Amino acid sequence: MPRKEGWDKVTGAARYVDDMVLPDMLYGATVRSNVARGKIGKISFDPSVAWDEFVVVTAKDIPGKNCIALILDDQPCLAAETVNHPEEPILLLAHADRHKLRKAVDAVSIEFEPLPSVYTIEESEQQSAIIWGTDNTFKSYLVEKGDVDSVWNEAAHIVEGEYFTGAQEQLYIENNGIIAAFDPENGVTVWGSLQCPYYVHKALMALCGFPEEKIRVVQMETGGAFGGKEEYPSMIAGHAALLSIKSGRPVKIVYDRMEDMVATTKRHPSRTRHRTAVSKDGKILGGEIEFTIDGGAYATLSSVVLSRGTIHAGGPYYWPSVRIRTKALATNTPPHGAFRGFGAPQSLFAMERHMDSIAQVVGISPVEIRRRNFLEPGQTTTTEQVIREEINLNHLLDRALGLSGYDEKRSRFAEENKKRVRKKGIGIAAFLHGAGFTGSGERYLNSLVGVEAVVDGHVRVLVSSAEFGQGTNTVLCQIAAETLGLPYESVTIAQPDTKVVPNSGPTVASRTAMIVGALVQSAAKGIKLTLTKTGLLREDYTPEQFRAACREYIAARGALKSYVRYEAPSDVYWDDEKYRGEAYAAFAWAVNIAEVTVDLTTYAVTVDDFVALQEVGKVLHPVLAGGQITGGVAQAIGFALYEKVVWQNGRMINNQMTNYIMPTSVDLPPIRVFFEELGNIHGAYGAKGIGELPMDGPAPAIVNAVEDAIGVRFRAIPLLPEDLFEALQPESNAQSIPSSAPGTA
Amino acid sequence: MRADPAEYRFVSSGNLHAVLSLMAGEPAQWLPIAGGTDVMVLYSAGKLPSRKLVNIGNIPELRQIETFPDRIRIGAACTYTALRTHDIVSREFPLLATAASWTGGIANQNRGTLGGNIANASPAADSLPALLVYDAEVTLISVRGERRMAYRNFHSGYKQTALAADELIRDISLPRRFSGYVSHARKVGARNAQAISKVCLAALGLVAEGTIRDVRLALGSVAPVPLRLNETEHVLTGKKIPPSLIEAIKKSVAKEIQPIDDIRSTARYRTAVASNLVAEFLEKLATGGADA
Amino acid sequence: MNPSPAADAKYEVSFTVNGDAKKVLVRPMERLLDVLRNELALTGTKEGCGEGECGSCSILLDGMLVNSCLVPVGQASGASIVTIEGMSAHALMKPLQEAFLECGGAQCGICTPGMILAAVHLLEKEPAPALADIREGLAGNLCRCTGYMQIFEAVARAARRRVAK
Repeated sequence: MPRKEGWDKVTGAARYVDDMVLPDMLYGATVRSNVARGKIGKISFDPSVAWDEFVVVTAKDIPGKNCIALILDDQPCLAAETVNHPEEPILLLAHADRHKLRKAVDAVSIEFEPLPSVYTIEESEQQSAIIWGTDNTFKSYLVEKGDVDSVWNEAAHIVEGEYFTGAQEQLYIENNGIIAAFDPENGVTVWGSLQCPYYVHKALMALCGFPEEKIRVVQMETGGAFGGKEEYPSMIAGHAALLSIKSGRPVKIVYDRMEDMVATTKRHPSRTRHRTAVSKDGKILGGEIEFTIDGGAYATLSSVVLSRGTIHAGGPYYWPSVRIRTKALATNTPPHGAFRGFGAPQSLFAMERHMDSIAQVVGISPVEIRRRNFLEPGQTTTTEQVIREEINLNHLLDRALGLSGYDEKRSRFAEENKKRVRKKGIGIAAFLHGAGFTGSGERYLNSLVGVEAVVDGHVRVLVSSAEFGQGTNTVLCQIAAETLGLPYESVTIAQPDTKVVPNSGPTVASRTAMIVGALVQSAAKGIKLTLTKTGLLREDYTPEQFRAACREYIAARGALKSYVRYEAPSDVYWDDEKYRGEAYAAFAWAVNIAEVTVDLTTYAVTVDDFVALQEVGKVLHPVLAGGQITGGVAQAIGFALYEKVVWQNGRMINNQMTNYIMPTSVDLPPIRVFFEELGNIHGAYGAKGIGELPMDGPAPAIVNAVEDAIGVRFRAIPLLPEDLFEALQPESNAQSIPSSAPGTA
Repeated sequence: MRADPAEYRFVSSGNLHAVLSLMAGEPAQWLPIAGGTDVMVLYSAGKLPSRKLVNIGNIPELRQIETFPDRIRIGAACTYTALRTHDIVSREFPLLATAASWTGGIANQNRGTLGGNIANASPAADSLPALLVYDAEVTLISVRGERRMAYRNFHSGYKQTALAADELIRDISLPRRFSGYVSHARKVGARNAQAISKVCLAALGLVAEGTIRDVRLALGSVAPVPLRLNETEHVLTGKKIPPSLIEAIKKSVAKEIQPIDDIRSTARYRTAVASNLVAEFLEKLATGGADA
Repeated sequence: MNPSPAADAKYEVSFTVNGDAKKVLVRPMERLLDVLRNELALTGTKEGCGEGECGSCSILLDGMLVNSCLVPVGQASGASIVTIEGMSAHALMKPLQEAFLECGGAQCGICTPGMILAAVHLLEKEPAPALADIREGLAGNLCRCTGYMQIFEAVARAARRRVAK
């Protein structure tokens, strides 16, 4: 089944926002802060510029509320009195000539009275300056299961570890861009590169002070997103809308790469601390996990990223007792945001590194430590969710070990490494990823999905779910076609346009195939039911008869549409206060095996082979599913070994593709993808979400493999050659044995 | 795109003499542009100081590769692709052909030029260490005539060259006497393609009866200019290659280079890797020149 | 030699694009990428980075794969340019398009025009490329979605089909 919009993509006909031009259109640009935190003083406009030719917008021009409405509404659309991060937007300009516009941006000078700032988790924690709320803390969670305080005495081993992950830029190849057009009768329409039309819609209502029918958001072909276009587009749409309102003309704002990298969201940096009580034979008795993320200057989505990181912190293991304390802190950097995995890659990195440490202390293999602690059906997770499906993680591990040749390679490498400069190692990661919104999130989203028959008898899917490469269009059409017994070619999907499609929720959290797909399935059934109930269609029909029935129905009644709203499963219960219960309707499970070479001449790590095995409920479309896994693994290899954001006083200074390194076609190993299918009662045709799962495993698998190769225990990513080199120097304090304290048992 | 094309002048005649006259008439005013792979990046970022550009990518004399019995003359505007696909260059000057394959991807190799790499004078330039070990000679040309100089004297400091304000590089000449040498090229960047080098080595060695007759070592990205390791070469010449020498040589390399910390890497890392690369080359020489 | 023009002057630059003779009135230092997209409405060629790193602006200039964001239009005078829009006439296009669609070589599609041009350039020089040749041929084209594997498959499949013909 070829990608629905594939033909346009391979012919260059697909239309992205910068490919569109409207009559009378202006270009817009943003004047930004060059200090991390300060009071805004005098704003000067260089007299050499003909300012009367420009549209100028400041916070004073905002008709509604000066905020980007999301969760806490603390982030201004335009800074008015203070700035809290470098590159914070202060002023907007528009002009018909892009070049004059660029020069005008440089011709605005702003004086600041600097205020004390903090840039890291440690600095924020120490509260050398309070930059947000009363204690720099956006959000915190506490998960408690069992009686943690009693396990220390019984433990044969107490294993501690501290793990770090850095910021990561989403690096979609198409930069952020929006066109906004205002007219007094219709209100504001925006077209853009975005994941969540209704997020933008909600934000613009608040910013412009318009009712819902006066805001229209249309998603254009989107050149990659990965979470980087989940919440950020509301900001750039707000800017374009304000300029359009003030000028009465359409305004296009498209960032160049330097601006996109320096000013927009990145993956939250994290620090995780583990302290684990382990029995003599390597079973986890209990432990404490402290997980902290750096949210940047405003709350944005940090509470939700923190939530997911919290729930995944224990990995796919059985914890009889655990205390998980987590917090999201404020720093004076551009707010961090959604990026594939959304907190889970961070806390799972720590968990999987920590498992290898525990194995070493106990004196058993990385394979064995996992076997002894894997969750089994009937057991509960850290949030006390009962595993109800027949997942067999030992089987998954066995299969992955077989596919990768793990045992043979591990012993062979140990021998061969004695004689060579290029050391080889092999490492494991086992993990899970919950699909859909956490807990009561899906109930809160209250998604609505439509399927309609169109005049010629074809069927059209109506959802706000965005296609940005992951296969939304294809899979949802496939589901509708399958449900109705129609050929795939006869089903189309409407362009996400808030004037046309209902709110099926944001395109995030790996929820589209599973949750929205299930609603599409139901809505499609509704069409069939309507036709059969009115006698226009027999129970077993041919596609031609179906089309004829649709045409007849529409001719008689005007339209044939079926809408279905999400209903939460009655047996899924989540306690938002105690952070306990059924966190997700479904978990997908995976084991990754990474084989690496560490070249001790250049200290470079190369991944030579990668096995990604995952249980995903049902593979709806093998080519698309395989593409999601491969793409996610590639991004995670970047996360582990290549992609470092270099910060200077809260600002990314390597904001160019030449200095922010993502893997090219000659850097990646063969990525071998395998699936298992257990089904999923809560997902369309048994599918679970898979978009983010592949991001969680590769980084720890790789760093575990590096430790296998050279015996050094790295605890932070990205792991660059320079870091490897420093750790190998005699004077470094990189440990080669994990810290452990014997218990009293 | 952060530059305004309206502020720039660009002239193109395809005629060498006309270009030289222009440059002589307004010295240091006209920036030559050939493949544009350096100039246009600066330009797009709004960071190109020059406002006047003269096209030299279309001057026929600068795009030839002429072979003579004793040497090869490579026109300054020859692209990396032209170098890679030239029979004599790839057979007799493998370090240069390899360096050409390192630079950017195919699209940038189709445009980037050897002369541009030299004139841009980045100490990280991939092809410059190869030119140093091959004893390259550059021909500089202006309305006042031609002059030749040994390439090793061309860079006087960070991004400083011997080019006069009205001069162009006409060609680069390489003597054809290295076919018998063992050659070794290694570039260490942040990834395997499209990376600015953190360290790169071009090395040639001639060993007879276990003794080094001639050894040539040049490194990029470890000093303000591409660096020929004269002292280390001096220590090595005439010696046999036991492991103890290799350890001593690593220290000698570390002393001879002056790497810095920058956005891409650190001085300590560069020092260690440069030493390791030279040691790797010596091991290759000691085992008769085969690659590990 | 042209008299030294005033900066700011626009020039008529002629070249062929996708087989058609074109004349544009432009400033010579405008990027060829911008002239193709804005003057000629050929928006299939994309800007991803503006620094010659991502390859999404790849075109064929006199048969050579180049990054059009790094070419001043003044240097393209008299050239023969092929963009993704002109590829439909190319013999390799049908096998590549089919293979990309079958193998999942295009996800978000933004790198796809550049990838296809790079693939055409490769296959014209090397009709039966090994995997290493494909990797090298596409090393200047960044893809963030696919992790490249399905793109390699697509190029290999297109090569086999074309050779089989």
